Amino acid sequence: MRLYIFCMLFMYSMLCFCQQCNYTLSGTVTDLHDDSILIGATITVLDEEKSTLADFDGKYSISGLCAKTYSIEVLHPSCDVRYFTIKISGNVTANFQLEHHIEQLNEVIINGKAYGDNSKTLSQKTITNSTLETYSNSSLGDALNTLSGISSLNTGNNIVKPIINGLHSSRIVIINNGVRMEDQEWGEEHAPNIDVNAAGGLTIIKGAAAVQYSGDAVGGIIVVEPLKYQVKDSLYGKTLTTISSNGRGTSLTSQLIKTTKSGWYGNVQGLLKHSGDFNAPNYILSNTGVLQQSFSTVIGLNKYKYGIDGYYSYFKNEIGILRASHLGGAEDQVRAINSVVPLIVEDYTYAIDAPKQDIVHHLARIKAFSKIKGLGKLSLQYDFQNNDRLEFDIRRGDDKDDPSLDLELKSHTILLDFDAKISDSLNFKTGVSAKYQNNFADPSTGVRRLIPDYDEYNFGVYAVADYQINDKWLLELGGRFDYSFIDAYKFYYSTFWQSRGYDDLYPDFVVEKYNTQVLTNPKFTYNNLSATFGAAYNFKESYKLLFNYSLASRAPNPSELFSDGLHQSASRIEIGDLQFQSEIGNKFSATLQGNKGDFSFSVNPYINLIKDFIVNEPTSVLTTIRGNFQVWEYRQTNAQLLGADIDASYNFSDNFSFKHQFSIVKGYDVLKDEPLISMPPVNTKNELIYQNIGFNNLKFSIESNYVFRQNEFPDNNFEVYLAETETTEDVDVSTPPDAYHLINIKASMDFNINKISKLSIAIGTTNLFNTSYRNYLNRLRYYADDLGRNTFLNIKINY
Amino acid sequence: MKQVNLFKAAIFTLFVGLTSCSDDDTPELINEEEVITTLTVTLTPDDGSATVILQSQDLDGTGADITVSGVLLANTNYSGSIVLLNETVSPAEDITLEVIEEAEEHQFFYTVGSGLNITTSYDNFDSNDNPLGTEFTAVTGEASNGTLTFTLRHEPTKPNTGISDAGGETDILASFNVVVQ
Repeated sequence: MRLYIFCMLFMYSMLCFCQQCNYTLSGTVTDLHDDSILIGATITVLDEEKSTLADFDGKYSISGLCAKTYSIEVLHPSCDVRYFTIKISGNVTANFQLEHHIEQLNEVIINGKAYGDNSKTLSQKTITNSTLETYSNSSLGDALNTLSGISSLNTGNNIVKPIINGLHSSRIVIINNGVRMEDQEWGEEHAPNIDVNAAGGLTIIKGAAAVQYSGDAVGGIIVVEPLKYQVKDSLYGKTLTTISSNGRGTSLTSQLIKTTKSGWYGNVQGLLKHSGDFNAPNYILSNTGVLQQSFSTVIGLNKYKYGIDGYYSYFKNEIGILRASHLGGAEDQVRAINSVVPLIVEDYTYAIDAPKQDIVHHLARIKAFSKIKGLGKLSLQYDFQNNDRLEFDIRRGDDKDDPSLDLELKSHTILLDFDAKISDSLNFKTGVSAKYQNNFADPSTGVRRLIPDYDEYNFGVYAVADYQINDKWLLELGGRFDYSFIDAYKFYYSTFWQSRGYDDLYPDFVVEKYNTQVLTNPKFTYNNLSATFGAAYNFKESYKLLFNYSLASRAPNPSELFSDGLHQSASRIEIGDLQFQSEIGNKFSATLQGNKGDFSFSVNPYINLIKDFIVNEPTSVLTTIRGNFQVWEYRQTNAQLLGADIDASYNFSDNFSFKHQFSIVKGYDVLKDEPLISMPPVNTKNELIYQNIGFNNLKFSIESNYVFRQNEFPDNNFEVYLAETETTEDVDVSTPPDAYHLINIKASMDFNINKISKLSIAIGTTNLFNTSYRNYLNRLRYYADDLGRNTFLNIKINY
Repeated sequence: MKQVNLFKAAIFTLFVGLTSCSDDDTPELINEEEVITTLTVTLTPDDGSATVILQSQDLDGTGADITVSGVLLANTNYSGSIVLLNETVSPAEDITLEVIEEAEEHQFFYTVGSGLNITTSYDNFDSNDNPLGTEFTAVTGEASNGTLTFTLRHEPTKPNTGISDAGGETDILASFNVVVQ
């Protein structure tokens, strides 16, 4: 901004040496990458010492030129200077393109607008790189939790899955550096395998509107944005370390970026994070440590007309799961739920024992683009992902150190996209994608596979367009078709195969019959349509009304199709159904955004009507040799989710500001006329911030986070007879915990070490009053309180 | 020219990637080695009368079948022994041996329902002299009936005063309706 004002002053101070020549050179100056206009670019006719600035529309005009050949210099504060040779023989129009890059080091443009066009008619939320830094030692889910309408489904404190407007797991698609994450996201206790430190920023699209990414995001899409690189010779980086009291955790992350004037760039980033057992206010949460290692690297070439880049990331996460949550049957559950403190509390340790998860995710991607003059941009991308998930339960004998689950999911994807700017007001994008996926369940676990071996093939084609009708109206339209074919090999118990009626429905699937089991080869095809339509209306300069309808179709996931036995981490038997059809969501969303002076707000009501919504619910209790277990069966129903997200902020003065967030969602099973399980309770966040940029960017904030009690829930309780007490006890797995209120405080300051290096120090405390609480959306809430007070120190050096 | 080469390279990489992944083998059958399908309690009276067998069996995870071979005689000493089998493999695997091997981490509990006149005591112990309980003695009193429940806990607190403060995780839980006459 300052540069811009400077340029304006510069323009007005210029003298015009008028000559007898009377030709005019005019045109626009735009960014080569996204055609955005470059306001304030300086255009200088070198021989004449004539100069002008591009106006608000990127237009410039220099008059009084003679009929000869001139050298023209075009300069913009954020771009490298370029020289052009123009021959004047009349009035000439010349459009200049510069390579405009974000000055990433100073994070000048990291805000909502920098990330462009995921959807123009659906409310998007972004998390900037600087906000992500404060979550350096937390998970992606924790960082996303800061936004309105986003909550998380937790398994303890280390497995945090984002929930968007009440939906999670397979209903959310995560796009990481342009790659759709394939990391067994269907599981409720499978957290996203992403290191927040590798991300340039996060964008959340609360719906399926971005059909260029996927058509099955019934809940929404999370886009992990890559960093942007400048085209100039530079070497820079940052190192960030966090120490936290709760869990006695430390984390260290470092990043080094090299860019060159010729367009080459490279980036190396890594993270090491280690934490021992965490604490609830009154006791240690035994076996809740975490050890995370991740590494990512990019190398690429970015030229005016073409570019190529290769990306690789490695992510390894070893996560301890609360020891007291590993149980036998319902009799153990009664003991665990009724106990005030967890059944197992041991001394603090860094060691991570069973039950635990150990996950390794590799992601490699290569992408190339070429700009075809007059047509648009063509991009081709291939990615490979390998997700290896090991889950360790408490076992006996020789199997003690072996995992109970070992799944290796490999995915190959090719994307071909074509992006055209047909006119100033019409953008068009189309593309095709193909994916091959193979899942291998390692039999050496010695435990029957709940998720079978399978091959899956996907093919998708999409087109999206947006049209700016006038200053006020913009329309957006998109459609997508996805074909998917799954070819699985699954062992069923013969008794189960018959009792589900599969022997009549799918006799062709049977490959071989064994003693008590039968090997089957289920093959299913799903054809899914998805679409989006939206409009944006700008009025009174600073108000905007967005409306969006999106249709999403999701094929059932492997867990919903194939589950047929004990799910140890949930202490229940889960049963899927081969007969499931695709789930179809219709989401209507409206958003009113505006700002008036120091006040800005956004109100986003929505309704999501989902046909054939797949729910998992208890149907019976089975007496096994290990005691009683509740049986949960997947079922299709119609669901309705109705909610609203509200954001508001107000600047009292230059130094004081206030932020408010409020989210409510109501989810119902329409057929059974009862509430859906695990719907986020109403919650509100309010934050008061003091900031003094002049005084080392001193910032102090206090945040209140109030979560109401969820009063609408399905009653899934059941009874179990206890031999010891000769009583019949109610196993209360339904009643949500009470409301809670947490206070978090934080202070930070920046110091300039020298011209290029900056030191930032932040210190803060979460759950300041060490409040004991349980979170309805934590799957381990039956067994232990949530986290107690945590004080952290965060030191960052930019260089 | 350079641009074209980059595209060729990308397409080449992609095909190599796609063709290097075929795995057409059918998966192998898993016979769970660790699973306990059958609990058999043999009660042998010291007066030479008929042995009573209590059994809970679940071969395919669809629920346990409970059988009691006969009635217990009143005022009799029975020596009891518990055998755990995995019958999904052939020949059946004796899991009791593993439990005995890890005696410090296991304990059987016997819960006698009210109305049933039986008292139990442990006959085998771990290396710390805490009860293990695959061997036990059951003494019947006057004629009565009620439930007799066997619970195997993994990693219980040892020593303990009984099942109520033992903690741990239930590996086996089987209740039998027993008649003493």
